[in-house]
Amino acid sequence: MAAGFWNKMLNLDRRWVYLVIGAATFFPMLTVIRLPIKITPEVQSVYDRLESLPRGTIIMLPMEYSPDTMAELQPMAKAVLRHCFSRGIKVITTALQIQGVLLIEQDLRTVAAEFDKTYGEDYVFLGYKPYPDIVILNMGENFRKPFPKDYYNNNLDELPMMAGVNNYSNVDCIVNINATSGVDSWINNANGRYGAPLALGVTAVIATDYYAFLQSKQIFGLMGGLKGAAEYEKLIGRPKDIANRAMTSVSVAHIFIIIFIIIGNIAFFATRKRI
Amino acid sequence: MEQISLGTLIWMTVAAFLTLSIFSFLYRDNPFYRFAEHLIVGISAGYWIAILYHTSLTDLWIEPLVDSVSAFGAAGGSIPAKIGILLANLTPGVIGCLMFTRFFKSKAWISRWPIAYYLGISAGVALPLYIQSFVIRQVAANMFNPVIIYNTIVSDLSTLYYYGNSMMGIWTGIGDIIILLGCVCGLAYFYFSAEHTGVLGAAAKIGIWTLMIGFGATFGYTVMARISLLIGRFNFLIDWVSALGNYFNL
Amino acid sequence: MRREVPLVIVFICGAFMALQYFVPHNISAVIYQNALNWTIIIGIFTLAVGIGSLVNLHYDKISRRKEKWPYSLVTIGALVFMTVLGLSSPEAVQDPRGLFMKMYFYVLSPVQATMFSLLAFFIASAAYRAFRAKTVLATLLLASAVIVMLGRIPVGDALTAWMPEGTRISDLARYILDYPNTAAKRAIYIGVGLGVAATSLKIILGVERTWLGGGK
Repeated sequence: MAAGFWNKMLNLDRRWVYLVIGAATFFPMLTVIRLPIKITPEVQSVYDRLESLPRGTIIMLPMEYSPDTMAELQPMAKAVLRHCFSRGIKVITTALQIQGVLLIEQDLRTVAAEFDKTYGEDYVFLGYKPYPDIVILNMGENFRKPFPKDYYNNNLDELPMMAGVNNYSNVDCIVNINATSGVDSWINNANGRYGAPLALGVTAVIATDYYAFLQSKQIFGLMGGLKGAAEYEKLIGRPKDIANRAMTSVSVAHIFIIIFIIIGNIAFFATRKRI
Repeated sequence: MEQISLGTLIWMTVAAFLTLSIFSFLYRDNPFYRFAEHLIVGISAGYWIAILYHTSLTDLWIEPLVDSVSAFGAAGGSIPAKIGILLANLTPGVIGCLMFTRFFKSKAWISRWPIAYYLGISAGVALPLYIQSFVIRQVAANMFNPVIIYNTIVSDLSTLYYYGNSMMGIWTGIGDIIILLGCVCGLAYFYFSAEHTGVLGAAAKIGIWTLMIGFGATFGYTVMARISLLIGRFNFLIDWVSALGNYFNL
Repeated sequence: MRREVPLVIVFICGAFMALQYFVPHNISAVIYQNALNWTIIIGIFTLAVGIGSLVNLHYDKISRRKEKWPYSLVTIGALVFMTVLGLSSPEAVQDPRGLFMKMYFYVLSPVQATMFSLLAFFIASAAYRAFRAKTVLATLLLASAVIVMLGRIPVGDALTAWMPEGTRISDLARYILDYPNTAAKRAIYIGVGLGVAATSLKIILGVERTWLGGGK
């Protein structure tokens, strides 16, 4: 009887699994339960660095995400931008992922409007150029080489904020929000070749890869996925923003996946014994 | 949610229809899914062309080329210098155009030239940088001082013995040993020029254990990543339903 | 001519870029910057060839009336429509109220995002069907995954709140990420670094020639 049940469980139609995981993710979104978020040192160090900068300091915030990864990285990028703008830190942004150019431009425009920031004085959007590896290297020589003009067709020399800003040595640090393996290019080229202090905000899928660079101090901070975004939102005093709200769904879905793993294993061992 | 215009609502409905078309694949393959899939390939390609043209080709190639041609009509500057600038601006485009010879079988071999240029530059750039960032810096970070590790563990053990707390140093010390051993053994696992027996075999075994723990951590994080993407889509659908409700006062 | 010229080009470009790293002289820096910009420009044409191949593939499907050819019409139609929209004026890619932007935000964006969100279902199904503690290695993988999954969510800490600070599930997850995970990823990265360097050297020296493809 029991073995028959486990056999059934083992051969469960995958669509039941889909249904359960969909429901486990969806329904918590309709609730107002908010769970406490614990801040990790790697996210704290990104925040601390930006928090310590005097007003008017320029940082670089290259954003390389597209619609497929925006759910994870858009909240993170917006949180970092809000932190910068609220502290009067100026931001140079690029979008070296072609599918995300318009999305990033919109995000930048939206957050800048929230803080009443002026384009060219408080922030600059260089836009897109293909082959990030090469572009990152050439920006290390001079921003004007790969980007003679910004996204809006202005010469960089016409933008007040860019006066005297030539390369990475003129920005305090780089906080790269990235969904691709292009992160390696920032580590290799911006940090490796030009010594630019670098922090990363990456998707959870690739986050674990960069702990080795955190330990070797090639990067000074690391934000991983929606959890990293939620931590940053909390640090800047916006615990009701999107990433924090999503953590309840993430928690429930994780629990259900763990339950699935347990059931799958019980079913596997219960039926294997009989064979 | 603020009131939105009918135009935005229609666009949101299109987006919701496409979202549900893709989700329908979960039940089984169907024409709605295939339509959305093929639509997006075409839209993406068109989008790429427009973005590449406006944000890259124009300011990096076309405008400098036009400027260097019009410089011949302007006063000042020597002719050889103007020719030099023109050639410098023209050449990359000409080399790039050679790529199109791929579409003509008898001349396809010419497309190897731009590929060779791109490959040469990429390989030359990568050679020193990968050695520096991925090998030297990583190996250097693995060079723990055994005396420091020993002292940390011993001092923490004594603190633990006398005061009954503070295990952090011990765990950090052990952790440093794990990094050193795990990394060396992981590399031993990837060393295929000798049979994995004896000391190398034991090291490779520890190496694969370490790698498995690392992959497990990646899997754990990957689950979070995928769930986050699903949350993003559900958020959109909730917004769409709210917008519909608001618009029609439901 | 057909094979030698590309090999010479690859050697000159590769050797110059590698040596430039060690000799950042003013003149070499100028050549270096321009060489990088040339790479970007040439790369744009390479991408254009990719799009050309896509058109060829679907044109072939339509002209030969291959299975499901009407979907290829959708692809070609969408490509032409979006290209015309995008190239119509430079403002097309900047005007938030323009049709190009609308197509991006309400057609391209939702489909792409939803395609990837399907992976949430697939990973849940894979976890249920394939994640078995059959061997020591599989058990290590599974245990590490479960600890990290629990340790990175707020519920994980709530479940282990009865344990002393520093030994809760989030601390364990943190320990795994900071130490064994770092060791594993470092071993991989060192391997990748050596592999890329070796392959680059082989390409520059003409030992690795598979990129030339077949033929003379």
